[in-house]
Amino acid sequence: MPASSILPLSLRRVGFRIDGRTIIDDVSVDIGAGPSTILLGANGAGKSVLMRLMHGLLAPTSGSVAWSDRDPERQRRLQAMVFQRPVLLRRSALANVAYALKVARVPRPERERLAAEALESVGLLHLANRPARVLSGGEQQRLALARAWALHPEVLFLDEPTASLDPSATREIERVIQAFDAAGTKIIMATHNLGQARRVGDEVLFIHHGRLVERAAMDHFFAQPASAEAAAFIKGELPWT
Amino acid sequence: MGAFADAARSAWGLIATGDAALLDIVGLSLAVSLSAVACATVVGLPLGAALAIGRFPGRRAIVILLNALMGLPPVVVGLAVYLMLSRAGPLGAFGLLFTPGAMVIAQTILVLPIIAALCRQAVDDAWAEYEEQLRSLGASGFGAALTLVWDIRFSLLTAILAGLGRASAEVGAVMIVGGNIDGVTRVMTTAIALETSKGDLPLALALGGVLILLVIALNAVAHVVKDAAQRRYG
Repeated sequence: MPASSILPLSLRRVGFRIDGRTIIDDVSVDIGAGPSTILLGANGAGKSVLMRLMHGLLAPTSGSVAWSDRDPERQRRLQAMVFQRPVLLRRSALANVAYALKVARVPRPERERLAAEALESVGLLHLANRPARVLSGGEQQRLALARAWALHPEVLFLDEPTASLDPSATREIERVIQAFDAAGTKIIMATHNLGQARRVGDEVLFIHHGRLVERAAMDHFFAQPASAEAAAFIKGELPWT
Repeated sequence: MGAFADAARSAWGLIATGDAALLDIVGLSLAVSLSAVACATVVGLPLGAALAIGRFPGRRAIVILLNALMGLPPVVVGLAVYLMLSRAGPLGAFGLLFTPGAMVIAQTILVLPIIAALCRQAVDDAWAEYEEQLRSLGASGFGAALTLVWDIRFSLLTAILAGLGRASAEVGAVMIVGGNIDGVTRVMTTAIALETSKGDLPLALALGGVLILLVIALNAVAHVVKDAAQRRYG
């Protein structure tokens, strides 16, 4: 485990425009270690783009995204991301995790052991030698979680990780996320699902039309949303959660 | 129809008895075309991958040019290679004209755009799917390109097969730079053209049959490999 943390993550007046459209509009926020953070909002609110700006997959067109640790190598190594649809390589489940370790320059002798540990942590060790692409949707997403977690990142980004999964696979994924959370990994997850936000998260960043409208502790957010947009969103979403 | 049946019967006889002249021609055909495809693959796959993933000025122009070159007329390529390799040409000193080497060069030039352009398309499509994930893991540049090409290797087989089809079927280029010399540079396609004009239809038909069977066999093998890989790796 690293001596110093790359958190907090600081966004200062971050904006993202593409083709004349504003996707993210003037977002400033500090995210520290500790409670799991949920980016909550409707489809198209800009959650995924905001997450990609945080993770460094996109560069902001205005403002700045900064980690407390300025070393780009450590920044990259101590954060990982799981996407809505996992992209797995055409090799075994174990080899997929080992590949991530190889890219991170983990010495070869350690890779297999670490990869097996990561598979164990998501309950996939018995499928280690199965080709990754023939696993079920839920298993593929758990493999993606194992791959992201193999390096024990300090921050784990999750972009709608269960959006294309059935309820039982969703529960499995949430259980894994909660275990990673309990093990001390900072969870930052985007979702539009209120039930999931409540089960997994401790605090909410509510995103609406590319703006950060509200930040609140989870219970407080649901009991007394401060903004009209959040109140409408909770009211509109609840019947389906 | 009677003439065709006679020719077909004689052709079968030539194939069944393993006629030596026939086997020589078939062997040289395979050697030339497979060598050309191997050369074009070694150059074309990295070129295609670089064009798909790289971002540099002039990239679009090169892609358009490459796509256009897929339809290069073999006789024009033959003529150009002929001029380069002829005694007075810039590469005349190597004495390659009218050798199998010259035929490999001409076919490589013909096949290279096909393999590179199809590879670029395949890698381009895959890159759209893989890019964020690979960048998130910290893979970039050459390493990421290599990962990608390896992951879609069985799709790239199709590009290589298209190249092989082109090489084994063309007659114009090998005719001009090889000269269709009996026992030296005579391949299936040039022999078919010659024997037909001479009126030796059985030999022409036998060669034509073998050519088609070979193409089908190679494609069948590639298809089986690809299929098995798909089931194995998803």
